[in-house]
Amino acid sequence: MIVNRRQLLAGTSALAAAGLVRPAFAAGDTIKVGSILDTSGIFDAYGKPMDMALRLAVKEINAAGGLLGKQLEVIAYDTQSDMALYTQYGQQLTRQDKVDVVHGGILSASREAIRQTMRKTRTPYFYNVLYEGGVCDRNIFINGVTPAQQVEALVPYAMGKSGKKVYILAADYNYGQITARWIQKFVTDNGGEVVGMDFLPLDVSDFGATIAKVQTAAPDLVIAPLVGGAHLSFFRQWAAAGMKDKIALASTTLGVGNEHKVLTAEEGDGIMVAYNYSQDLETPANADFKGRWAEEYGDANAIHEIAVSNYQGVHTWAEAVRKAGTTERGALIEAMESGIAIDGPSGRIAVDPNTHHAVLDVHIMEFENQKMKVIETLTQRQPIDTQSVCDLSANPDDNTQYEIQI
Amino acid sequence: MDLFAVILVEILYSIASLILISAGLAVVFGMMKVINLAHGEFMMLGGYATIVAVNQGINVFIAMLVIAPITVGLIGLVVERLVIRHLYGRLVDTMLATWGISLLFIGLATMIFGNTTTGISTPISGFPVGAYQINGYNFFIILVAMVLVLGLYIVLKLTRLGLIARGAMQRADMSAALGYSPSRIYMATFFCGAALSGLAGAVLAPLVGLVPTSGGAYIAKAFITVIAGGPSLISGLASSAGLFGVTSQVFAFSISPMAGEIALLVAAVVLLRLMPQGITGRFFKGKV
Repeated sequence: MIVNRRQLLAGTSALAAAGLVRPAFAAGDTIKVGSILDTSGIFDAYGKPMDMALRLAVKEINAAGGLLGKQLEVIAYDTQSDMALYTQYGQQLTRQDKVDVVHGGILSASREAIRQTMRKTRTPYFYNVLYEGGVCDRNIFINGVTPAQQVEALVPYAMGKSGKKVYILAADYNYGQITARWIQKFVTDNGGEVVGMDFLPLDVSDFGATIAKVQTAAPDLVIAPLVGGAHLSFFRQWAAAGMKDKIALASTTLGVGNEHKVLTAEEGDGIMVAYNYSQDLETPANADFKGRWAEEYGDANAIHEIAVSNYQGVHTWAEAVRKAGTTERGALIEAMESGIAIDGPSGRIAVDPNTHHAVLDVHIMEFENQKMKVIETLTQRQPIDTQSVCDLSANPDDNTQYEIQI
Repeated sequence: MDLFAVILVEILYSIASLILISAGLAVVFGMMKVINLAHGEFMMLGGYATIVAVNQGINVFIAMLVIAPITVGLIGLVVERLVIRHLYGRLVDTMLATWGISLLFIGLATMIFGNTTTGISTPISGFPVGAYQINGYNFFIILVAMVLVLGLYIVLKLTRLGLIARGAMQRADMSAALGYSPSRIYMATFFCGAALSGLAGAVLAPLVGLVPTSGGAYIAKAFITVIAGGPSLISGLASSAGLFGVTSQVFAFSISPMAGEIALLVAAVVLLRLMPQGITGRFFKGKV
């Protein structure tokens, strides 16, 4: 897009005007919660339920009397699955709307687009998504599950059910590469052997050659951190080739976007996964949460892993505000680092003070009849991947995303 | 030996799927010189038509082989009447217009079906070949591609309809002088092209997870195959699909799927450098 000077002036003055109007009625008697999510465009399957979750959490807090005697006000921007808009709206949230906290960002690229803005403007930032791990920054809090937490639980279980020879099929970008390395580590640690590893570009949707190649290596188990719509084809073609009953299958990503409801029961049954949340988690907290969600939005079908993370992120922040007695950044971070924890729909979520990542429950699940049946729950797993590189109490000025070496 | 059979089937399947993906475009671009950037979206619509029909309880083969091509063909007909017919002979303008149409279709599909992945499972189960398992559905795709090529050949070469169509594509004015309306012939050809795209999308639907943006994954391969094939419709399609299918699968097997994709593109670049007119610009000249 080419913007000439006149358009730029017109645009910025309109923005400035909008910025001037807002404080007139806000006038400091609400706490401003900034939200920045892709609620349209190609990532809206992730973003829309996250937005619903944030609004539900805020509504609950307000109904219970708000925080510090003030009501919460949501200021949300739709970044339309466009990374460039993150920079723009990130600036707007922090410099014009002057929000007290920002929740949001979905892809790692979007997080990195706004993380420095949040840090510079000293706005506490909550990134509530499962991701590849390694971010070390005192201004950010992350409550999603990281590869080591998942893989540490999934690998021994899946190997126990199948055997020691493992084949890895991963998506070819940083998430897949990093996760594949963790899988390798835990397979070896558990006395197994990685007999083959392939990385697949995100737009590959024809897996015939791959499936034949896997068979030549004759593994007992295939672990597949594959991502997106094109890669869903793998699970379909795997079943179509009749491989499902011959070689066991596990994944670290399938189901996050509710893919188990897309695959038929014959295609999906038996696939092993490990996450922080499943709609089929049979706990009172989850039943209660689904009830409240259904009351607000009609039904609870849209709920997924990262929507729950976003919901829990808002509640964790609220808990810290209550504890600190203020929304001011320094006091808030101290409250967050005091070993704060909440009990959410996915179980207990505690903040690890040294990494600002989460200590959480990991549930091992199997697909059964288009549901994720919980087999086993490993309670309170530490974010060991990020812990191995990041120590914010020793090094509070750190501001890096580490690549984890295994 | 088992492995050899498996690889052979995979190579044939790869060729067949390239033929399917490209056939609709070959008709629309190769014959009519309309750069149809909405080709991928026609395929996507074929996929959705199949899924909707199957969910309504219709037999999956009827849905794939009858309902999807007709539905997409009719959509193509509307597009041709409303937009394309004003743009014949204006190569670049058709590109812009069909790109707009593709965005429109992606938007509409997103509105109707939502931006989530959907799909149906394959109707044919896999079976063992020695120590290996083969996807039985591959054979169906190979069969459809063979019938398609044969059918196109018969229609274009041996029927009067095909003769008229080919004549109109070469010299519209002469065919008009002989009493055939070029506008009608173009319309019918575009219908056929769109229907073939719909068929391809439908037949491939059980193998993939379908999203409204799925079309984008096919369009590049389709154009590469058609352009490398050159001026002759069928022999060009078959020869370039054969070449690229073998190249990509051999590399995919021996190195990685990534290497397969790269090999396909490298083969296309080298081929177009050596034969700028495509394969049939040099070999099989004057064939259909």
